[in-house]
Amino acid sequence: MRQPLLALLAKEPAHGYELKLALEQTFGQAYPSPNIGQVYVTLKRLEQDGLVRSQDVEQTTRPNKRVYELTPAGREALSAWVDEPSDGPRIRDEFFIKLILAPMAGLADRMALMNKQRRHYLGLMRRLTELLTDTDPADTPARLLIEGAVLHLQADLDWLERCQEEFV
Amino acid sequence: MSRHWLGESGARQARGDGFVPRGVRGDGSPREMERGVPGSRPSGPALLRTCGLVKTYRTDGVTVPAVRGVDIELGVGEFVAIMGPSGSGKSTLLHVLAGLEPATSGEIWLRGQRVDGLSTAGWAVLRRRHIGFVFQFFNLLSNMTVADNVELPALLAGTTARQARKRREELLAELGLADKANAAPARLSGGEQQRVALARALANEPSLLLADEPTGNLDSSNTRDVLRLLRRAHAGGQAILMVTHDARVASLADRVINLFDGMVADDAKIVPIPRSVNGVADVLELRG
Repeated sequence: MRQPLLALLAKEPAHGYELKLALEQTFGQAYPSPNIGQVYVTLKRLEQDGLVRSQDVEQTTRPNKRVYELTPAGREALSAWVDEPSDGPRIRDEFFIKLILAPMAGLADRMALMNKQRRHYLGLMRRLTELLTDTDPADTPARLLIEGAVLHLQADLDWLERCQEEFV
Repeated sequence: MSRHWLGESGARQARGDGFVPRGVRGDGSPREMERGVPGSRPSGPALLRTCGLVKTYRTDGVTVPAVRGVDIELGVGEFVAIMGPSGSGKSTLLHVLAGLEPATSGEIWLRGQRVDGLSTAGWAVLRRRHIGFVFQFFNLLSNMTVADNVELPALLAGTTARQARKRREELLAELGLADKANAAPARLSGGEQQRVALARALANEPSLLLADEPTGNLDSSNTRDVLRLLRRAHAGGQAILMVTHDARVASLADRVINLFDGMVADDAKIVPIPRSVNGVADVLELRG
């Protein structure tokens, strides 16, 4: 949650609860609804690392609130994060390790492993297509996240076919 | 969404094997009598069943096996997807099941009747009555209007012009194509053409819908439309056997058969990952 909080603070200073709301509004259903305690803990750590600073703002009818803002170091860390390319979700694939090693150790037959994996992917795909049907079309971040996952799964299945062609 | 076509089709199929369809009797040739005596083996509840199905091509004296002993079964109202690498025999299998190409050996049973020995004419009648077929490239008749394309199968099957027209109007309305009835197929987008092809395939309320990569040539929004229609047809009791590469399409099926090198490598029900309360966020994890 560090980078999303830094990114939101780059826009404008805010207090913890505002950040929680902003995360929910920005990502829609796509982001796990953030726990407010987790938001505060993360802010505290960011402050210890010198990436944000805070000050208490007095309120007349309520307890004081702590408003956070980005430090120059925080802005730099955020830019570095935005600039660096991100790994795809399948760069390291556990299934591939199983597929290579299990038959060598006599633990499983490759065809059986691939069939099992395909069934699992298809079950996931069913879940994703249902999710897409149930998602509000106006919730663009959620829709795009699901569509991305669908495309990745399709690629995984295509790749499983390639493995099948090579190994069987 | 009204229930006429899908509902009717479901009700008809619920009738099961008790009613002997016109057209599966074949030409009555000795070979056909010998190979396909109805009731000569227990039919069970399956709508479609194959036993040791083989299809071999012979070109320039070289024998190329495409389907090498396939046993599959499809229940009434069941939706089964066939997946597998290119060259694994998926399309060939579907074409043989539709009688578009003869089997080399093995048995095909449809609605409790053995049909692999049918003559070309016998297959044509069987298809008209009981098998709808959707191709990847639509295969609409280009010199006829959309309406005529959809009405033709019903007219060929002996339906009155009035009934054929009524059914066509219902189908095109269901598929959101009522305003395209008088257009030439070439004037339609790929997605629209595929919906027309689907209407044509469903015109005679077939017992079985066979589809060969029906979304293979469509973009994602047209794929979604065709998927919605297939799903609705399935919910209405339509049995579907579909070849597809698209896992989204396959994931809607009750069961997925994986074909490899002309043989069934896997045949399993799809078990969806259980639904959770928090929706997207529980299934997908954002990094960062």
